[in-house]
Amino acid sequence: MNKHDAKGIPHTTPRQSATFTQDINSDIRRAAATGIYDIRGGGAKRKVPSFDDLLFMGASISRYPLEGYREKCETSVTIGGLHAENPIELDIPITIAGMSFGALSGPAKEALGRGASAAGTSTTTGDGGMTPEERGHSDKLVYQYLPSRYGMNPDDLRRADAIEIVVGQGAKPGGGGMLLGQKISDRVAEMRNLPKGIDQRSACRHPDWTGPDDLEIKILELREITGWKVPIYVKVAGARPYYDTTLAIKAGADAVVLDGMQGGTAATQDVFIEHVGQPTLAIVRPAVQALQDLGMHRKVQLILSGGIRSGADVAKAMALGADAVAIGTAALIALGDNDPKWEAEYNALGTTAGAYDDWHEGRDPAGITTQDPELMARFDPVEGGRRLKNYLKVMTLEAQTIARACGKNHLHNLEPEDLVALTMEAAAMARVPLAGTDWYPGKPGTSY
Amino acid sequence: MQTIDLSDVGLRETNKTLHAQSADTNQTAWEIINPRGAHAIACGLDAPIEVTVKGSTGYYCAGMNQQATVNIHGSAGPGTGENIMSGKIVIEGDASQYLGATGHGGLIVVKGNASSRCGISMKGVNIVVQGNIGHMSAFMGQSGNLVVCGDAGDALGDSCYEARFFVRGAVKSLGADCEKKEMREEHLTLLQGLLDEAGIDADPRDFTRYGSARRLYNFDVDNAGAY
Repeated sequence: MNKHDAKGIPHTTPRQSATFTQDINSDIRRAAATGIYDIRGGGAKRKVPSFDDLLFMGASISRYPLEGYREKCETSVTIGGLHAENPIELDIPITIAGMSFGALSGPAKEALGRGASAAGTSTTTGDGGMTPEERGHSDKLVYQYLPSRYGMNPDDLRRADAIEIVVGQGAKPGGGGMLLGQKISDRVAEMRNLPKGIDQRSACRHPDWTGPDDLEIKILELREITGWKVPIYVKVAGARPYYDTTLAIKAGADAVVLDGMQGGTAATQDVFIEHVGQPTLAIVRPAVQALQDLGMHRKVQLILSGGIRSGADVAKAMALGADAVAIGTAALIALGDNDPKWEAEYNALGTTAGAYDDWHEGRDPAGITTQDPELMARFDPVEGGRRLKNYLKVMTLEAQTIARACGKNHLHNLEPEDLVALTMEAAAMARVPLAGTDWYPGKPGTSY
Repeated sequence: MQTIDLSDVGLRETNKTLHAQSADTNQTAWEIINPRGAHAIACGLDAPIEVTVKGSTGYYCAGMNQQATVNIHGSAGPGTGENIMSGKIVIEGDASQYLGATGHGGLIVVKGNASSRCGISMKGVNIVVQGNIGHMSAFMGQSGNLVVCGDAGDALGDSCYEARFFVRGAVKSLGADCEKKEMREEHLTLLQGLLDEAGIDADPRDFTRYGSARRLYNFDVDNAGAY
């Protein structure tokens, strides 16, 4: 490019717009070419205040640490002891979030069950019913009760170790499900009682109840059908966490699953994923506040999800008051999703490892988010289960390392006082002091 | 006939007793008295027994029913027979909203009228209503049959899949992608069977069949206005 014009006057440096970025421009061109919004999988990709904006302070003169490898740091958690005859006992506070058979292949569901069971935790069904693979390989299986009720039947309900009534999902608060025709194999179609190859649109609201008063009666019905044996969770998106948690408790939930906007989905509109909902960091304290205001903290368990990646995230979630976390996207990556070893095939799909999110198209090179028999055959559920177990173990060890450094002999003993924030936003959301200060925005008794 | 006074023993004991009946029980006839609109009566049954509720019921009576016959000698609250898998439910009075929601099988008969969202998201259940049904009935209906001897309210069969609707009276409006269909011989035979099973004396030739136009099965931007 010439740096001067013919008269020798220098050109200005070409400047990209901060408003019309290359990404935005490509969105506009795609919309103009197709006339339809972009659909993709995964959670919010935009940068939002997150657990990365928090730090643990560790031990000091006023707090003494526990000895690594010598002094115990417990990790177990009991979920659903309030009403259920058989609460869920987990060795680690990291559970596997709901993901449907249909969105995922049968072997992928099996691997999730294998890995979770080996690590002493639970896995969860999704918007497609319960498969024999996941029931058979999951020591603790949570059965999602969704608006679509695909594959829903009382026999599977009674086979579950817990029931999760899904009201919302962090990636799309207020949105229903979507499974496009490419992934509707014979088996998926049969389980969902729909014709093969059509786009399946799951409802956004439950068909037989609306509002908290109805929810209370729905929970009663589910308890009666299952003989009051298993815990009933209520899963809500991170929309209005204080009120949603309050209402779920009022309706009789044993546990509240709270999902922030980084939480993934199998498929929905990109605009929904990126522009509706709240970051996971922002939703945990209001939910804990609701539990505390009702005297239910640690009695009704809070399971936090949405972008949990490491033991540090687990420890931070628990320090802010969660009883456990759930992982979805991270578990898929542990299984092999978006692995660079498939880079050439990602390139052929017009993407790159790490950015692949067209899970709804069913062409996943890693053989996980697909129903294509040839692609599915690439994925070994035994090896996948082993990888997931390893990952869960590492996350647990990491969380224990941090907890010991803070002088805690159980992950549940981590507390907000162990944390500081790196940014004003994170300090306000997590209600912990900005690093180097004793203040956070909105702190009671302050004028800011 | 075994009689349970619900007001005396409570919901939990009532359902526990009914759930305890095995497939080969010789106590097949049960009567529940004083239901007083309680919720979740006789839900989750899974045995070939016949339960008669003497009075009106609240939400989710006979929810997720398998094998059993449940007679409601009164009116039924919201979500009655939701997700029914098999068996039969007969409501002598009227039924509130969401009747038979997501039902996978079995038969529900309403002698009176059924409210809105009757048969919502139905997945194989057969529902026969002697009177009228309310708006948004069979929304997203996947399979099964909804028979209405009276009139249907607004938006019948909105976004339906393969469920069939037979209406003798007027339909106030059809929902998105629901259309009038030809009544062929096999449909007359099917309808006659359903009416017989429901114990209703009506001529199938007086009914009109409705179902999915299948225009919304795969997303097409040119149909976006229909959603």
